[in-house]
Amino acid sequence: MLHTFVAYVEDLPGVLTRVASLFRRLNININSLTVGRSERPGLSRLTLVCDASAEAGHRIRASLFKLENVVDVDDIAKDPAVTRELALIKVAATPASRSQIFDLVEVFRARIVDLTSESLMIEMTGVESKIEGLIEVLREDDGRILEICRSGKMTMRRGCHVSSVLKAMGAGTEESTEAETEHTESLDVIPSETE
Amino acid sequence: MGTNATTQAANAHLTTPTRLTGAEIVWATLVGEDVETVFGYPGGAILPVYDALRKFPIHHVLVRHEQGASHMADGYARASGKVGVAMATSGPGATNLITGIATAMLDSIPIVCITGNVSSKVLGTDAFQEVDITGITLPVTKHNFLVNRTEDIAPAIRLAFQIAQSGRPGPVLVDITKDAQQGTAIFDFAAAKPHPYRPHPMLRVEDSGLAHAAELIRNAKRPIILAGHGVSESGAMEQVRTLAERAQIPVALTLLGLGNFPASHPLSMGMMGMHGESWVNHAIQEADLLIACGMRFDDRVTGSTSTYSLKSKKIHIEVDPAEINKNIKVDVALVGDLREVLEQLLPRIASRDGSEWIKTIETSKGASAVRDIKNLPDLGHLYAAHVIHDIWRITGGNAIVVTDVGQHQMWEAQYFHHEHPRSLVTSGGLGTMGFALPAAIGAKFACPEKEVWVVAGDGGFQMTAAELSTIVQEKIKINIAIINNGFLGMVRQWQQFFYDSNYEATPLISPDFVKLADAHGIQGRAVRTRAEVVDAVAEARSAPGAFLLNFMVEKEESVYPMIPAGSALHEMILRPGKDPLLETPDDK
Repeated sequence: MLHTFVAYVEDLPGVLTRVASLFRRLNININSLTVGRSERPGLSRLTLVCDASAEAGHRIRASLFKLENVVDVDDIAKDPAVTRELALIKVAATPASRSQIFDLVEVFRARIVDLTSESLMIEMTGVESKIEGLIEVLREDDGRILEICRSGKMTMRRGCHVSSVLKAMGAGTEESTEAETEHTESLDVIPSETE
Repeated sequence: MGTNATTQAANAHLTTPTRLTGAEIVWATLVGEDVETVFGYPGGAILPVYDALRKFPIHHVLVRHEQGASHMADGYARASGKVGVAMATSGPGATNLITGIATAMLDSIPIVCITGNVSSKVLGTDAFQEVDITGITLPVTKHNFLVNRTEDIAPAIRLAFQIAQSGRPGPVLVDITKDAQQGTAIFDFAAAKPHPYRPHPMLRVEDSGLAHAAELIRNAKRPIILAGHGVSESGAMEQVRTLAERAQIPVALTLLGLGNFPASHPLSMGMMGMHGESWVNHAIQEADLLIACGMRFDDRVTGSTSTYSLKSKKIHIEVDPAEINKNIKVDVALVGDLREVLEQLLPRIASRDGSEWIKTIETSKGASAVRDIKNLPDLGHLYAAHVIHDIWRITGGNAIVVTDVGQHQMWEAQYFHHEHPRSLVTSGGLGTMGFALPAAIGAKFACPEKEVWVVAGDGGFQMTAAELSTIVQEKIKINIAIINNGFLGMVRQWQQFFYDSNYEATPLISPDFVKLADAHGIQGRAVRTRAEVVDAVAEARSAPGAFLLNFMVEKEESVYPMIPAGSALHEMILRPGKDPLLETPDDK
C-alpha cells in the first residue's frame, strides 16, 4: 500500500541523504518526495510517499525518528488530509491548434503560463488523478507533449492537528495554538491488521 | 598519562572559557567527557590534534591498524559501559575504522570515532587522502558530523557523546577538517553542552499494556524469559532476576545476553538459538508465553520466523520502537527502558508456582547432557570444548573473555559459564573475525584489575595479529588462547553439513603462533593433549606479561547442536551419538 509521511527535518546539509538512505537500506522505493521550508525557522517540511506493506508504516516512522536530524514524523495513513501536486506541462501548439488546448485547460481548471508560436506551457495543481487525466488527454495527439515536470505530492492533514512533538517545541507560527483542540494522535505501537 | 600540571591546566579549561586551537579543543572536550584513553593512529590530516596531545592528561594507545582502534574502543565500551574513543586520520585511516564501527552499530555499542579530514577549502576536490567518511559511514553510525569550523568542534563532540550513550546506544563519528583543527576559538565547555536528550517520541508504556503483560504472566503455564544485551545496557539485571524468581520463570539468554543472568542460577537455561542446547530451543517452541527483555529476535535466535514459537503469546520490552514487530509479531509491546519498564511491571507480578514447567524442561535435558563433549573420556584428543571448560574452571569464571567469531565463539558460549554482565565481549550481530585481540586490549584498559582472556580461532587471530605489538608497547597482561584446528572451522562445518564436505578455501596454514609471540617478546606455549591444558592455563595466568597458548585441537570437530540457517528451532542437528561413557572424575 501507499504510505504518506510528513516530516519536519533540520535544514542542514546532508539531511535529505540521511532520509533517502534509510529507504534505500530498507529496500523501499520512494515514489515521491517534496521538500521545502516550513512555518518553523530552521526546519524543512517534507512529504514522502512510498509503497510498502501495510505493517511497514510503523517501522518506517520509528526508523525516521531515529535519525538525529528528524524532528517530527507523521504517518498520514488514511486519515483525512489534503494532497496536491503541481505539474508544468509543455506542449507543442501552433496558433492553429491552440484553441483546442485552451478548451482542455479550461475544463481541467489549469492555467497557461507561457505561450510561444510553437509551444505553450500549462500549470496545473490538483490531486494526482486529475493531473494524470489532463496528461492522458494531451497524449491523445502523438508527440504533442514536449516536457512534463511534476512536483510530487504535498500533504497536509485536515482540521487542527499539532503533534505532541511539535507542541512540546512551542508554537512555530505567529498565531497562538491555544484555542486549538488537539487531534488525537495515532501513536499505537502495534498497528492493527486492518489499519 | 599527563602530569599533574597538564591535568590542572586541562581542568582549568573546563571551568574558564579560554581561546584554544581546534586541536586543543578536541582533547579538552574529551577530558571534559571523562575520557582517559584514546585508541588511534596518526596521519597528516589529524596531526594538529596529535601535536596538542602532550598538553592533556589522556593516554593514547598506538594501534597497528585503524580497525584495531575501533575494536579497542568497542571492547573498552563493552567491558566498562562507558564510551570508547577511537581516532584516525583522513582517507585510508578513516576507512579502516569502518569494520569496527559497523561491529559497534550491530551490537549497539557506544563509541565515538574522531577522524581528521583535509582542509575545508579542498573538501570535495579529491585531495590527497580525502574520502567522504561521513557519507561512507552514514548507514553504520547512529549519527555523524562533518565539522569544518573550529567553534563547532566542542558542541559536536559533546553531542556525539550524548547520542552514543542515549536510547539504544551506538557509534558516532566526528570528522574534523584540518583547518578547523588549526584555527582558534573560545572553548566554553559548559556552553557546548547539548540540549537534553530527547527520548524517541514513540516510546510507550501504557497502563493497559502493563496490565495485559501481568495478566499473561499470571495465566501462563509455560513461560520463558528471553534476556538479551539490553539487560546490561539498561542495568536491569536485578529486575530481570526478580521477575524470574518471583514468577518462577526460566531464563534463556541470547549470545550478547550471556552473563546478564547468572549461569549458576537454577532458573538459568543458558543460550538459545542456532547453537543453543536443543532442550532450550524445544522449550521455546513449546512455551505459551515469551517475555523478551532487551533482545531483538535476531535470525540466529529465531531460526525460521514462520515456525518460531507458534504456541506462545509474546511480550516485548524494548527501547527501540523500530524493533517492535520487525521480525516476530508480538502481543504486548512495552517500549521503553527495560529497567524502568520492569520496575513498573514488577509490582503487578505476584509469586507463582512454576515447578511443573521447570520439571518438564529439566526432564527434557536428559540425554543431551550425557552426549555433551565435556563428558567424553580423555582418549588423548584435545577438544576446544575441553579447553574452554578448563579455562572457566581455573579462572573461577571471573575473567573477562573476549572471543573472535566462529566455532570457538560458540564453544565459549556453551562451556564458559558467565555469572556477571560484561564478562563476555563478543561480536554477535556483525560477526566480525579479527575482533578478539584488539577488543581485549580495549577491555583491559577499561578494567585493568581484571583478568582478560582472548579466545580466538587460528583464522580470525591472523586478521588482527599485528596488535600483539600494541600489547607489548603498552605492557599489558592479556592471556591469549588460540583454538587452532587448521581450518576456518565454522565455514568448514557449513561445508560439511550443507556443501557435501567440499572444503574449498577453508584449510589454513598458519605461522607457528608460539614463535610469532616470541618474535614480539611474548611468552607462549603449544598444547596438544588434554592432560596439559590445566598446567598450561596456570602457566599463562602466572606469567608476568602477556602469554599465548596455541591449542592444537581436533581438526574436524563441529559445534553441536545446530539449527541450519532458516530452519525451525526444533529441527536441530544434534550431537552425534557417541558412547555415553561418563568421564570420572566429573568436571565439576
